[in-house]
Amino acid sequence: MPKMNLSHFEAALLFSLFTSVVMGVVTKRTDRERFQYGAYVFACFLVALFGLGWLMQLGHG
Amino acid sequence: MAKEKEQKEKQPLPPLGVWAPAVALGWLVPGGGHFLLKRTGRGMLLLLSVAGMFLCGLMMGGAMFQPQSGDILTTLINTGGFVGDVCSGIFYLLSVWLGYNQPDVAGAVHDYGTKFLVTAGLLNVLAMVDAFEIAAGRKE
Repeated sequence: MPKMNLSHFEAALLFSLFTSVVMGVVTKRTDRERFQYGAYVFACFLVALFGLGWLMQLGHG
Repeated sequence: MAKEKEQKEKQPLPPLGVWAPAVALGWLVPGGGHFLLKRTGRGMLLLLSVAGMFLCGLMMGGAMFQPQSGDILTTLINTGGFVGDVCSGIFYLLSVWLGYNQPDVAGAVHDYGTKFLVTAGLLNVLAMVDAFEIAAGRKE
């Protein structure tokens, strides 16, 4: 089994990608809505990722 | 609005034979329920996402959960994690059958791997629910 050694950021990005694809596919009723919702969820993940990252950076001092 | 909501809530459960094959196949092969219901494109996206998540989890050296009893938190985490792992269907069965047995070791990558394995199963649960709704005629 090949090994994967990802950084926190890469792992979180990959997680966001897979999760947002599934969320997009299962929630809405038309393909256009699915695509838009998937992109929206992915964008939310990114905002949370960067937001929490900066929060931890600033909180750490 | 309230009447519409009430009607939605009171929808009777369709016969088992209508939705059970799609849900069962959806568990065994992620996206399989959608393939059975002729939603090939969506089935393929679900298959790729769940398979991708599970394979990344394996390559990161994630640990599989085993049901354990003890205090409430231990039971909840281990049993819940085990259910999440099992929900990946064929991927879980194959990895166990082929002898994948990664101990739970410290490290961010392993930890991410464990979460990826459980989340792959949970995403497949969402896919199964979607397959149920399509089979029951509640969704296109």
